[in-house]
This record gives sequence, structure tokens and C-alpha cells, in this order.
Amino acid sequence: MLERIHVLICGGTGCLSSHAKDIKKQFEIELEVLGLKDEVGLIMTGCFGLCEKGPVVILYPDETFYAHVTPKDVKDICEEHILKGRIVDRLTITNPLNKTQVKNINQLVFYAKQKRIALRNCGAIDPMNIYEYIAKDGYQALGHVLMNMTPQEVVDEVTRSGLRGRGGGGFPTGKKWQFTKNTVSSQKYVICNADEGDPGAFMDRAILEGDPHSVLEAMAICGYAIGSNQGYIYVRAEYPVAVERLEIAINQARELGLLGNNLFESSFSFDIDIRLGAGAFVCGEETALIQSIEGGRGMPRLKPPFPAIKGLWGYPTNVNNVETFANVPVIFLKGATWFKSIGTEKSSGTKVFALGGKIVNTGLVEVPMGTTLREVIFDIGGGIPNKRKFKAVQTGGPSGGCITEKDLDTKIDFENLTALGSMMGSGGMIIMDEDNCMVDVARFYLDFTVDESCGKCTPCREGTKQMLDILNRIVEGYGTMKDIEELEKLAYMVKNTSLCGLGQTAPNPVLSTLKHFKDEYISHVIDKNCKAGVCRELTHFVIEDNCIGCGKCARHCPVNAITGWMKTKHVIDLDACIKCGACKIACPVHAISSQKIEQEVFL
Amino acid sequence: MKSLEDLKKLRDEALKKMDVRHVKNGFRIQIGMGTCGIASGARNILKVFIEETSVQSLKNVTITQVGCMGECAYEPMAEIIDEDGQSFVYCNLTEAIVKEIVQKHLMDKEPIQRHLLSQRKG
Repeated sequence: MLERIHVLICGGTGCLSSHAKDIKKQFEIELEVLGLKDEVGLIMTGCFGLCEKGPVVILYPDETFYAHVTPKDVKDICEEHILKGRIVDRLTITNPLNKTQVKNINQLVFYAKQKRIALRNCGAIDPMNIYEYIAKDGYQALGHVLMNMTPQEVVDEVTRSGLRGRGGGGFPTGKKWQFTKNTVSSQKYVICNADEGDPGAFMDRAILEGDPHSVLEAMAICGYAIGSNQGYIYVRAEYPVAVERLEIAINQARELGLLGNNLFESSFSFDIDIRLGAGAFVCGEETALIQSIEGGRGMPRLKPPFPAIKGLWGYPTNVNNVETFANVPVIFLKGATWFKSIGTEKSSGTKVFALGGKIVNTGLVEVPMGTTLREVIFDIGGGIPNKRKFKAVQTGGPSGGCITEKDLDTKIDFENLTALGSMMGSGGMIIMDEDNCMVDVARFYLDFTVDESCGKCTPCREGTKQMLDILNRIVEGYGTMKDIEELEKLAYMVKNTSLCGLGQTAPNPVLSTLKHFKDEYISHVIDKNCKAGVCRELTHFVIEDNCIGCGKCARHCPVNAITGWMKTKHVIDLDACIKCGACKIACPVHAISSQKIEQEVFL
Repeated sequence: MKSLEDLKKLRDEALKKMDVRHVKNGFRIQIGMGTCGIASGARNILKVFIEETSVQSLKNVTITQVGCMGECAYEPMAEIIDEDGQSFVYCNLTEAIVKEIVQKHLMDKEPIQRHLLSQRKG
């Protein structure tokens, strides 16, 4: 019998870690019991993007969206929805505006404002079945390119599309291909940079897990354009699911003759191998990445010569990011003009962002360039949870900077974000609310870059360490105003003199927080107070006069440091307080905050 | 893989299997699958609808199931909603009637009056 219902289960890493595999197994068992096995197709897809609501299950043809599904709920779905056609209301999402149940995926605002190009197949197909990719016009672009276009035409088409590197730098992809093509050599290489290391960024992983074939196809197209017949995917070993699905995809493509010798009976041959990274952040830098593939220690070298001239084993090499590659097949299917029509004049196409931090809809979104940050955070992302106030958004991970409320209406593209002192980066977006201490945020990112610095050049190795020491002093309460000056001076020094991108951008979080939140630094140093209540040594929680005496804080305090009669103002015993902040979160009227210590003596 | 034509053939084959997942805007067929419907053989009707539309290669048709439709005495029933949103409820379906509906209503766009619930109930 033909399948009448398809059950799509999210198989992204997020949902897998909340038992998506067990859910699939449970479906198999329940469907067997009900005798519906032949009528229902079970498909494990890539990431749907709405990770916050995971594990997610979507049923077609009704397009029903079930959130937070557990293996126990599977029985209900099978007996009610699949057998009797009744939607299981309790598993659908409630619309926060009018409290109605959202039954159809198209009613979700989260998806309505997105435009999916790089993620076009993520969550729509089974990534471990090449036929599903082929059904979505997969490998058509490669076939078309090999049969009807010369390599130069291919490069021109990419140049015309205006596609720019999605790894963060935003270098025009067509230009990069042209450089590598122009270099005369007997051997050339194509490398896909899947060493996604930014904290909070997971779009490359989602693409590799959800649609690995699109990357393989694009690499073959690139190989044809630049005259290479060997590709490498450099992927982090920390992404086991992505590695496994890539391996399956490569094998399937080889079986069907979509990788290998004489593709489409042309004279062009192309093959791809996987190289695993050992988890060094610096290997996302292309020259360090090449070193690592060669078997050396991942350390960047001086550019020029660029990899396009002298790359892997001394041969011309083209390195592109996963998301960049995922865009390429669509450009050839729909044309460069179509691609150019999306986005802004200088940045065409879309960009995938990974939303994280203090946001309602944690997950993966893809929006056209030119969308404002406000739309991404408040419309698609759903805003800040727990009625807190938005403070800043960090884009570009440890290489980027923070953007505050007043700049939220900026249209997202490479130039605009750089002008704000941040950067596009690979697309991680960490949203922070009033409970985040910006000094601590800067310290966190710097701590990361100090760990990840390869140690080759002095400014990055020593400079970032000194900066971190200063920040540690400040958050521990020993900072002086001179420290802040010193910090700024060091930041510019590291930025201007480091060898590679890691060092050149490492001070960005410090510089941008200094620019937008200097008052917080000053209150850390002069008042010895951390307003957000994050830095333990500088936190002195005080209950203010608007306390309604509900007693919630006292009940939430793990050390019973809060006392007071009902309906009267409560008091915190600062000697007993362990500064965990539980009372602050519990307070319904925001009466608890961290205050300067002198003030507390009078209270 | 020999040529682009081979690939296109492969694509069309694969597309058939994934047809359920495509969002369509044409006819929508809803089959009553409450206990009453299932007891009177709605599952078989659903199966025949799917097979027939596939045989006739009707692409733009959504076939789905709903709960009890209320007129349990007339089960198995199916509601057909056309492109303009007009609804036709067919009742007392059999395999032969389903084939007729697919042929006449879905392909020739002529509702079969004598099987409509409104006609039967008088």
C-alpha cells in the first residue's frame, strides 16, 4: 500500500539528545501494534530549527507540528492522530497572543518570516537517503554545470550572484574561485571548512546533519570550476552525527556515480574525503586548517601567499565554509539573478543565525540579508523570556561584539554589523538580558580565546592573557581605573599586531563592551558593585522598599538568609547570603538588586 | 549516473514516494475515521482513494483523515473540498463509488449528485 502519512522526526543533535531516537523506535512499535506499518512513513530528518520546542515531530499531509514530544506521547499520536484523525491538542504549541493552539506549521510566526535557502532541505528530507535529496532537484545543478557550462562560466555565475563567504569574513566567493582557477597547477584542492568553533553557533552542523548532499554537490561544482578533482571536508570530531551522515552521503553519492570518475560521462572526475579536526578553534582559520590536514599542528601562517596560490601540500586550494557551499547549488538551479534579488545590494542571499542565550525560541533561523536585528530577535525569536529587559546581543561569537538596544533597527549585512563594531561572524547570536553582566561576558569570551590561542605570535599569546588577568582582577573587586585604561590600550595593541584572525578579533568583545557599557566597568571598579548580580565578589543583594512581602524570595533562598513577616519588607542577611541570585529571579516585583555596599550600611 | 535525463528520471521516481509531504492547494479529501467510520470500512476507502489518485497520477490532491463526521449512519463518508473551498460530502462509500468519484469529480470536475449526503437525506 502507498504511504498515506509521513511522520517527520527531528534528528538534529538537539532533539537527538532529548531522545528523538527512542521516539522513532516507539513509533515503530506502536504502528506495528496498530497494524499501520505499511501506511505510515517514518523519516528522521535534520534540524527543524525550532530547537526550543524539541523534540519536534511533524505529521504530513496535515502539517501538524507537535512540540516537546516524549516517547510516552507516541502512543497518543498513533492512536488518536494516525488512526482516528484527531489532532492531539496537548502536544501542539500555544500561540502566546491569543492562547489558541497552533496546529499547522504555517501558522507559526517563527517560520513565516524566514526564507530558507541554505537550510532548504533541513527538516524536509531524510539526510541519509540520497534519493530524497535527488527528489528535491539534488545534483541537477552539478549535471547542468558539467553538460552546459565551461568552468569560466561557472565562476562568472557565482560572481554575478554576489555570494559572499558565510564563515564570517564575507569575502566574495566568485573572486576566491577565480583566484584559484587562475593559478596554473597540475593539482588543486577544494576544502570545505566545517570546523565550526564559535560558542553558540551550530548552523554548519545543522546543514551537515540535515542536508549533507548539498555540500557535496557544491564542492563538485567548485572542483569543476577551479580545475580540481579532490575535495576534503574538515569537520570537528565533536560532531559525530554530522560525520556519520557525511560518510553515508559520500558513499551513496559514489554508488550512484555522482562522485568518482567521469561524472555524467564527462572528462571530469571528483572525489571527497573527510578529515577530522581535533577541536582547536584556531583551525577554523584557513591556513591553520590546511596545516592540520597536512598532519601538522594547527597554526596559522602569514598570508600572502594565499591558499589560492599555495595551499594544501603547496598546491592551489579553495577553502569555503559549509553554509557558503550550501547556497551554491541553488544559484545554478534558480539563476544568479534570482539569488541577487534577495537581500541587500552588497550582501545578497540569506544568512543562517543560531539564536541562543536569553531568548524564547532558541534555534536556527535563516533570514534574507537586510532583515533588522529587531525582527530576528523579537518577531522570529519571540523576545526575552521571564519578562526581563533586553540588554545586548553578541554577534560573531568571540570575534564579534555586542549590539545594544539603540542599534537594533540596523539591517543585517556584512558592512552594517562591522560598522557597529561587531561582525557577521559565522552566525551565532547570543542574546543577553539585564541579568547578564557585560564585564563577565567579555571575560568569558576572552577566557575562550586565551584557551584557544595557538601561541605562535606574541600579541595574541601574551596580550590576551594579560587582558584576561585585568578582567579577572576587575570582577574580583581589585580593579582600578588605571586597569580599564590599560585594558583598552592592550586591546588595540593585540588587535593591530596579531598574526591571524583569531588574535585580530579576540579583543572585540572587550572593546565593544567598553564602548557601550563603560558605566558597568566603572561601577565594578569604583562602586565595587555588579548590578546584574553575576560577579560573586561584587554582589550585595538588597531588598528595596517596593517589596510586597510575599515571601517568595525567602522560600527560594537555599540558605535561609532572608527573613521577614508576611506583607512586610523582607531583609537579606548578607553574611549568610551565598549570592546565588535565586531570590532575584523569584521576586515578582523586581525589588531585589545588587547595590553599592555603603548604601547597604544605612538600610 | 550517465546523463541529466537519468537523474531526472530518478528524481521523478523519488518524488512519488515523497508526495505526501508536499503542500498542495488543490482538492482536499477528508475521510471520516471515527470509530463508526473505521467499523464500516473507512480504512479501505482511504486506501482506495490513495491508490486511485496515484494511478491517475493526480498530484495536487491532499488525502487526510478526520474524526467522526456526525452522521454515523451514513458512514463511510468522505468530504471533498475543491479549490474554491466548496465542500461536498459523499456517503455510503464503496470501492466502486470511490473510483467513480476520482474519475468524475476530481478529474472531470463534475460532482456525482446521487452519492452526496444532501441528496440521500432528502
